[in-house]
Amino acid sequence: MGFLNLFKRSPDKSGSGGTQSADRGIMVFDNTSEVIRAETVIRENGWRVRVMGPPAEIRTGCDLVIEFPLIEHLNIRRLLEDAGVEPLQTVPVTGPLLEPVDIFFTKDFGAFLMVRAANMKITIDKQSSVIVNISGGGCPDVPFLAMEMVGKKLNDAPRPCSIGHTLCGYALDLAYEEIQRQYQCLQ
Amino acid sequence: MFAVVGTVPDDDFPVVKGAVFVDGDVLHVEGSGRIHEIPINRGTAALLAAAFMVCRYFGKPAPEAFLVGDTGRGHGSRRLYQRLEETLSDSFYTSLTFHYIQPDVDWHNRVLFAVEEMKTRPILIADAGFMYAAKMSGQAPAYDVFTPDMGELAFLADESAPHPFYTRGFILHENNRAPQLVERAYGHDNAARYLLVKGAQDLIADRSGILETVGEPSTEALEAIGGTGDIITGLLAGLTGIGWDIPDACTASARISREAGRDANPDPGTQVSDIIRHIPEALDRLR
Repeated sequence: MGFLNLFKRSPDKSGSGGTQSADRGIMVFDNTSEVIRAETVIRENGWRVRVMGPPAEIRTGCDLVIEFPLIEHLNIRRLLEDAGVEPLQTVPVTGPLLEPVDIFFTKDFGAFLMVRAANMKITIDKQSSVIVNISGGGCPDVPFLAMEMVGKKLNDAPRPCSIGHTLCGYALDLAYEEIQRQYQCLQ
Repeated sequence: MFAVVGTVPDDDFPVVKGAVFVDGDVLHVEGSGRIHEIPINRGTAALLAAAFMVCRYFGKPAPEAFLVGDTGRGHGSRRLYQRLEETLSDSFYTSLTFHYIQPDVDWHNRVLFAVEEMKTRPILIADAGFMYAAKMSGQAPAYDVFTPDMGELAFLADESAPHPFYTRGFILHENNRAPQLVERAYGHDNAARYLLVKGAQDLIADRSGILETVGEPSTEALEAIGGTGDIITGLLAGLTGIGWDIPDACTASARISREAGRDANPDPGTQVSDIIRHIPEALDRLR
């Protein structure tokens, strides 16, 4: 998933070479899962955009927005219409946007490995890669994600970004990708 | 009677208000003309199961649950918020605990207005998504207890973060400096009257600083187990709900959960229901 490029291992070079915020806009969507879908579509078509926190005046509680180069507004809008994932509104960026956390914490329990991203933790059995626990978070998709993922191997479990809908789901996806990377290093 | 508000991971689960009971690893809730069964594996079901254990142990009436199904889209949460707004002002509860729910500032404020209209104000406890909304709304001081983990304490301490996902790195790095985070959270009015911080060491704090630290017994594997924080909040809901003083209830909740956790002899793959069943023994030792 492209949005994982937000993290430090792959620093973002959004837009056409580091444009200033005056050249940027944000697209606001109905929910986080639409943001993730839209971001995937946009990136697959070659644009570099960033997923960010919304400005305070349009914040509701569990939000992400897509920051994009304003000059590409019509093209991106058309692309999203074709993909059936249209933003609720598009507005220019007038101030700094919130950036997602970009720090992972890892804990080795011997036979088990745990990774935390933001407020979400995922733990696997190091030998089998079976997800043995998911903890943390406060949004209502966390128990759902745990129900769908715990007991399955990393490669067999659904990606949190494919079935989650909130910032906690998004954070869990970041932890998921990191623990998968670390598991591959163990092999 | 006290109540717990939260969600279950099933979009078809209706809005239900009713008393709960636990049988084995299943939570039963009476409501909407039938008894609903929910596995006790994490989330609000685990919280309610822990609260129920307290009530059963002390021979008190079981907690009442306000539940709805929500897998993250927020539709169920909004129906539950609406039910609370419509019914809370005419209700009587000794304590109200808010848990997993889609954070939504507007709906949070409506529910808080309804609470303010109750004839007797209950002890207000907020955890998980509702705590996020309470902090973001600027109404944190209206609550009696927040129950963050260390990462969420950093979120409370970051005055600009609307969700733990946006906690700034320089604050996250203060993970081992709980006193500073507590001070910062209160300094920006982003904490409840008391904080019960869940972590390697559980902390009870108020505006004056850390009141108590509970670090024993220490069982490292508990950090990885989903739902251990829900147990602590459930114990707190139960103890305050049956009349315990808040600081005493915070300290006891931390101790009971640690004892039950140790008794389960867990590894990082242990499930939370294996810990909940040890709560009665832990309560025995507390007495």
